[in-house]
Order: sequence, then structure tokens, then C-alpha cells
Amino acid sequence: MSYSVTEPSSRQKWIAGALVILYALITMAPLVWIMMTSFKTPPDSISYPPKVFYQPSLEGYVNLFTTRTRVSPERLAELPPPTNFAEEIVRNRDMVIAGPSKFGGRFLNSVIIGFGSTFLSIFLGTLAAYAFSRFKIPLADDLLFFILSTRMMPPIAVAIPIFLMYRKLGLTDTHLGMILLYTAVNISLAVWLLKGFIDEIPREYEEAALIDGYTRFQAFYKVVLPQAATGIASTAIFCLIFAWNEYAFAVLLTSGTAQTAPPFIPTIIGVGGLDWPAIAAGATLFLLPVMIFTVMLRKHLLRGITFGAVRK
Amino acid sequence: MSDKTIDRVASATPARVARKVKGLSDRAIAWIFVGPTIFLLLAINIFPLIWTINLSFTNFKANRVNRAVEYIGLRNYERILTDGDIWLSMQATAHFLFWTLFFQVLLGFTLAWLINKKFRGNDMWTTIIVLPMMLSPAVVGNFWTFLYQPQIGLFNYVVSFFTGVDPSSFDMLGSVDLAPWSIVIVDTWMWTPFVMLICLAGLRSIPDYIYEAAEIDRASKLRQFFTITIPMVLPFLMLAVLFRGIENFKMFDLVVQLTGGGPGSVTEMASINLKREAFEKWRTGYSSAFAIILFVTVFGLASIYVKALNKVKER
Repeated sequence: MSYSVTEPSSRQKWIAGALVILYALITMAPLVWIMMTSFKTPPDSISYPPKVFYQPSLEGYVNLFTTRTRVSPERLAELPPPTNFAEEIVRNRDMVIAGPSKFGGRFLNSVIIGFGSTFLSIFLGTLAAYAFSRFKIPLADDLLFFILSTRMMPPIAVAIPIFLMYRKLGLTDTHLGMILLYTAVNISLAVWLLKGFIDEIPREYEEAALIDGYTRFQAFYKVVLPQAATGIASTAIFCLIFAWNEYAFAVLLTSGTAQTAPPFIPTIIGVGGLDWPAIAAGATLFLLPVMIFTVMLRKHLLRGITFGAVRK
Repeated sequence: MSDKTIDRVASATPARVARKVKGLSDRAIAWIFVGPTIFLLLAINIFPLIWTINLSFTNFKANRVNRAVEYIGLRNYERILTDGDIWLSMQATAHFLFWTLFFQVLLGFTLAWLINKKFRGNDMWTTIIVLPMMLSPAVVGNFWTFLYQPQIGLFNYVVSFFTGVDPSSFDMLGSVDLAPWSIVIVDTWMWTPFVMLICLAGLRSIPDYIYEAAEIDRASKLRQFFTITIPMVLPFLMLAVLFRGIENFKMFDLVVQLTGGGPGSVTEMASINLKREAFEKWRTGYSSAFAIILFVTVFGLASIYVKALNKVKER
């Protein structure tokens, strides 16, 4: 058996493992609690002591997707029997479903703006990164640094002139306006990360392709793009996560048509105060895709974070 | 068609089209590729920045567009630098910045060091620890207000479970003494993994042979830790601090959702103050000047810090 001085002993591994797992469990507690709360009834969610064991209910999800009106017991008795489980849950609280809530639309806005801006950032970012990586561009380094330094501005500071500009151009509260804005914020990081990935691809590949009679453009999309696919994918995830999570611009520049989920979820109000199970249900639906993404793509993501930071 | 016509067409093909057939020149491609990005950045980053600088010298109010705009020179800047509220918000930011960085560095480095012991399953647990930093600060912050509820909140319950303090006797978000710490706790929970990942990259970049050489020289484990591990990870750690520092200086979404700047204004950090001036009091000129001051502050501090960082790297 080989002996290594840098390999920790098995006792050290045990202690290290136990401490890390303890921290991980503490870190997970608030997230697990969000998911648990989303399956509670409103009275269960605010009981003391906090309930760990309870009868699961879909009331939070029903409340999230519907608006309801209170009706008198006499009126309730006259109604035909409930046709689905949602109606039944709502009737138990002396209410009837009045219509769908705004959540579905807000969630869809998040999807449209998130994917739209990610696509645009990656499309423009890959082209720019390739050019910065392969061609001599005057003042390239200064330009790159300047592009990056604009991220040091607090979002609120940027929002003042954007607000005035969008008001003039009619872009306030539009999908296009938000897509362009998120693209502008994301593109600096996208170019920076992608340039790093493209720098790693040997120039010889393209040169060989050029000699074989490919044009520069063909060499770019037939040779460089497939090689950079992993890098492009992990950059895309970062852009998507940023746009998905963004709050400051969304709260200032959108109010209805193009409002995304983050400014909307905290405003979900039930009867007599905040409806915590409904908020938790909204948070769960909104956060879960990112969590699943993170777990599935952990290798690329974790590499991307350190790579992006350390290269700067 | 006669041969003559073909000849004529061929000779008439303009140079531009001929090149298109062969492929564009590298120079042209470079500009086509970079152009749209530069345009977008000019339109949505640079132009607004210049506009902000311009506005900062005026008394413009965005909710009164028809009022005549006057240039008032540096008066906005003078007022900001002598405004007590602004200094209070800077103090709140400094408190937040210092303590979040302190805890995140401490916990982040310790975790990275433990994970680097390569126990079985460390990949999976690393991923779980990383989860909070991927999530929306506004949504998560909003939910933490529920955890911080005096009677029913999980946080208060857990604290009372371990210390025996009555869970309804303290209000993390409502008390002047505790509110600044409530935001430090959530930010630390969220962003410790970032510092951890960067430190982990640093630890993994140390080649084994350095430790082997130290072992041959009979350096103790403790000595190895302070003379090899710490100095080699330091540049990475400093980078992590730089990024977290810039981000937390700009901090808005998490704190708005948690405390909204309250109680009173004890957690009213620079960004929140700025939002109030710009979008509630609509003092556009004044807040533009404040925005420029904040930008110059971050940029200045970051530049000094990067110089220090480069010195550490050279050692």
C-alpha cells in the first residue's frame, strides 16, 4: 500500500465529513421549511410551536393560483357540489373561486424574459468573445475592463437614467425593455467568461480549417462553436440564473404586463395578513427549478463560478 | 447567353461582392462580431452613465417633467457630503460589509479546508451547501421574514430551543439592536458558499510536492498550515472578498425584503437610501449625484484593493 503525506487520515476525514454535513443540514433547513410550509394550511403555518408533522394540504397552491371571494353559508349551501379538489378546499373556508390569480402570468414573464435575455446575451456574447479572443481589436483590454467595471454600479444608480430613457422610448413595463436591460447587464460577464473558454481552444484547429478552404465564418461555427459548447452552456446558466433572480430593476421598471415573479411573490396577500402557505408555494415553484438545475449541472456550475472569479 | 455576356458580368462584379464569395476579411468579421455588443453597452450602460453625470448637476425631478431644469453646479454634491442621513446609511453599509465579510471568510475558508480533506461524498454535500447562493435574494429574503417571526418563526423557535430564551421575547427584524444582525445572518447563509468555492479552488491549486518537501524538512502540520496553506490560498481569498465586497456594497434586494431599511433607518443601506431619494422623493438630480459618489467610492476602493492583491500575488 502506498503512503502519502498529503492524504488525510481516516479519522480526520470522519471529523471533516461530520462537520461539513452538519453545516449542510443547517443550510438546508430554511429551504426545506419553505417547501414544508407550502403544503400546510394557513392555520398550521402559523401555529406555535412550529409544526413539523402535519396533514399535508394543497391549499397554499390553490390560493397561489386563484383569487377567491367570501360567500355566506346560506349561499354556499345553494351552490352545486364542488367539481374538483381546488373548489372543495376553497369551499371549506366559506369561499368560492372567483378566477385565476396573476401568478401564472408573472411566472410566464420570468420565463420569457429569462430565456430571451439569456439567448441574446449568449448570441452576442459568443460573437464578441470570439472576436476579442482571435482578432486584434484596438484597446481590447481597456474595453474589456471598462465593460466589466460597469457592473460595479449599484442597480438603483443605473435604474435612474434607464427609467427616464425607457419612459421616453415607451419601453417601461415591456418584455423587450427587460430583455434588453438584462442582456446589457449580463453581457459583460458573458463576454468575459466566454473569452476564457475560447482562449483555451487551440488556434491550430481553425487554421487547419481555413487551409482546407473554410471561410473564417465557417471555421467559427463548424470548429470553434462545438469546441466551446460546454463553456457556452455554463455561461448560459449563469445568465439565466441572474435574469431569473433579478429584483431591483424588475421592481422599479415593471408593474404589470412584464412584471416577473420575484417582485410579485412577496405581495401575495390572503385574508387578514400575508398568506404564508401561498407565498411558500410560489417560492417553491420559483426556486425549485434553480435547485434542480444546480444539482444536475453542478460540475459545470461550480467550475464556472471559480473560473469566472479567478480569471478576473 | 453568349460568352461575351459572361465575361462582362464577371469583370463587373464589384470587389465587395467578390470578397463576400471568398469570405469576409478578418477585420470586417471582427467589427461585425463586436459591433452589436458595443452598441448595446453604449446604449444601456455608457449613455445612461453620462446622462446620470449630467443630471447630477441639475435640480431635475422626474415626476415634474415640465418644470424648467436648472444647472446648479456642485450644490447636489455639497448637500450629500454634509447630509447626516447619507452618513448614517454609509455607516449601516460599513457595518453590514464588515461583518458579512468577516463571517463569510471565516466559515467559507473553514468549510473549504474541511471539504478538501476529501471525505467520501464531499461532492454531494458541496452542492447542497452551494444551493442558497443560486436562489433569488428577494424571494428568499421575503421568506426569511417568516422564519424571523417572534412567536411562530422557525429561527426564534430554534434559538429558544437551544438557549431557553422565550421565542416571543425578541424580534430580529423589529428591534433596533437586532435588525442589523438579522441581515448579516441571512447574507452569510446565502453567500458563504461563494467564498468557500473560491477557497476550495485555491486549496486544490496547491501542488502536493510542496507539502511533501515540508514533511521531509520535518515541518509540523501547524507550521505547514501557516507557511504553506494560508499564504497560497490568500490571493484566492482576497479575490472572493473583493467580489463579495462589491456585491454587498450594492446590496438592495435582500435587505429591502427583510427589513425595508427599518426599524427607523438602522438598516437603511446606501442603495436603499438611494432608491428612496430617487423613486419615492423623486429628487432625481440629487440622487444622481449620490449614485455617482457611490460608483466612484466602489471603483476607488476596488482599485486600491486590486493593487494590494497584485502585491500579494507577486510574493
